[in-house]
Amino acid sequence: MAKQEKKKKKETEQKGEEVAANPEVVEQGKQTQDALDDLLDEIDDVLEENAEEFVKNYIQKGGQ
Amino acid sequence: MNPLFGTETEYGVAVKGDGAPDPVSNAIFLVNSSPFVSLSTPLWDYENENPLLDARGFEVEGDRERPGPEYNRMLNKPLVNGGRLYVDGAHPEYSTPECVDARALVAHEKAGERIMEAALVAANRRKREMGVGFSVYKNNTDGKGNSYGYHENYLVSRTVPFDTLVAQMTPFFVTRPIFAGAGKVGSEHRSEACDYQLSQRADFFEVLIDLNTMVKRPLINTRDEPHCDMGRWRRFHVIVGDANMSEVSTYLKVGTTALVLAMIEQGREVKGVEIENPVRAIREVSRDLTLKKTLRLSRGAAWRAVDIQRAYLETAEAHFAQDVDPVTRDILTRWRQVLEALSDDPMRLSRSLDWVIKKRLIESYMNRKGCAWSDSRVQMMGLQYHDIDRNKGLYYTLERGGHVDRIVADASVIAAQATPPADTRAYFRGTCLRKFAKEVYAASWTSVLFYASDGTIKRVPLMDPHKGNQERVGSLLDASDTVDALLSRMTLPT
Repeated sequence: MAKQEKKKKKETEQKGEEVAANPEVVEQGKQTQDALDDLLDEIDDVLEENAEEFVKNYIQKGGQ
Repeated sequence: MNPLFGTETEYGVAVKGDGAPDPVSNAIFLVNSSPFVSLSTPLWDYENENPLLDARGFEVEGDRERPGPEYNRMLNKPLVNGGRLYVDGAHPEYSTPECVDARALVAHEKAGERIMEAALVAANRRKREMGVGFSVYKNNTDGKGNSYGYHENYLVSRTVPFDTLVAQMTPFFVTRPIFAGAGKVGSEHRSEACDYQLSQRADFFEVLIDLNTMVKRPLINTRDEPHCDMGRWRRFHVIVGDANMSEVSTYLKVGTTALVLAMIEQGREVKGVEIENPVRAIREVSRDLTLKKTLRLSRGAAWRAVDIQRAYLETAEAHFAQDVDPVTRDILTRWRQVLEALSDDPMRLSRSLDWVIKKRLIESYMNRKGCAWSDSRVQMMGLQYHDIDRNKGLYYTLERGGHVDRIVADASVIAAQATPPADTRAYFRGTCLRKFAKEVYAASWTSVLFYASDGTIKRVPLMDPHKGNQERVGSLLDASDTVDALLSRMTLPT
């Protein structure tokens, strides 16, 4: 993390007001986003199809 | 310090398909589908069961459970790991064997999920042709105002007055959901509406202290049924907790509670954290997702839940400063780290605590789909997070993808399904159930009963939870090839 911050600071100094996106951070962010997207795809695959009906019908007897 | 504890998990059951019978029949069918039990299962011995005794010093009227032998065998499946698979009311339930450390407890509780999952898979295979399918959930509510429990049981010396336990443990339990909460979409039981809260159970508590476990639930339960020598020990029966999927949540929930109780047993108390209205406070704690709000203490001050927990942590750190037990040290270290993270930004714990894992998952999903907390799919996710079928459960989807931290290895969980803990009476019970399967007539927490070759039933009492461990009875069991050989080597009370 420190390495990326240093890189970002250097770029800011070089370009003045304009801050260029640090490619390393962007790449890592994209990987995280891809992983998240993959996960959400998987969730969509396994989630009960008729959510509304399933949730409505899920009634339990009170337990301890 | 002689910690000893175990947990009970009531599971929720959903059924798809026509002509589904009543919940009790479903629960019985599930439990009897388990590949871990045989048709000729031993009975559960109800002799020492008496849930009508109240720790405040009286006994209430009521019927004691005494099922006939046939029904007994249908309901109860004593397990070779020393635990118990059974039907409690309308729910399938699993009790862990007695454990002495939180790591073993996690393994044995997870083993219970696997045992239940195997029963589920077998039951679904049997019912598939009829178009009937079950789902089983390790959670605590149906979103319709009905709750089922997760109970923790801790062995505590009777030298500690019950009043002390109530006073010392109430603020601890009211604030424990900040790391032990399983997360819940919406509110219940006529409580204040919310999108999401930390705890599944918080809305269901109506009084501070009572014997009841099913209606008007109390934060502190007074059931006095120790399943051991009543002169020495109490079984502190805790009903305020959530069932957790995350191993870290379970580990911290039980590990910290066991440490706090041990310290109280040894005379160390946490001062100045008594909460003015604990029943209201647990709902406030559950609804505060930023963990920044304060609770009113009896003495007038206003403290955040995380600071009340910190008072317990710091007292425990001081008290156990010389204790080198690795699990104790690990619990204290993690407790400190978790409270620090919760104090800063709870979302930092999105790999370890159920309520944070679940919240992050649901919010990501809502973001992508552009839907709100009230959407049925969000409510479905709140339920399916707890599905114990690893192909469908959302927690397990996350675990498979490497998105959550673990405490135990899969190999430990597999071992815990068939192997009892070595350091408690579960060792004797579980080993006998495995080794002498056909000759065990009945079992319970406090007994194993055998068919002796002379046609009588012989009862071996297990009144001390610390005895009957491998150290004391291991070689005796190893050297005995038959029940007669075993019994001849033991001096049984007449």
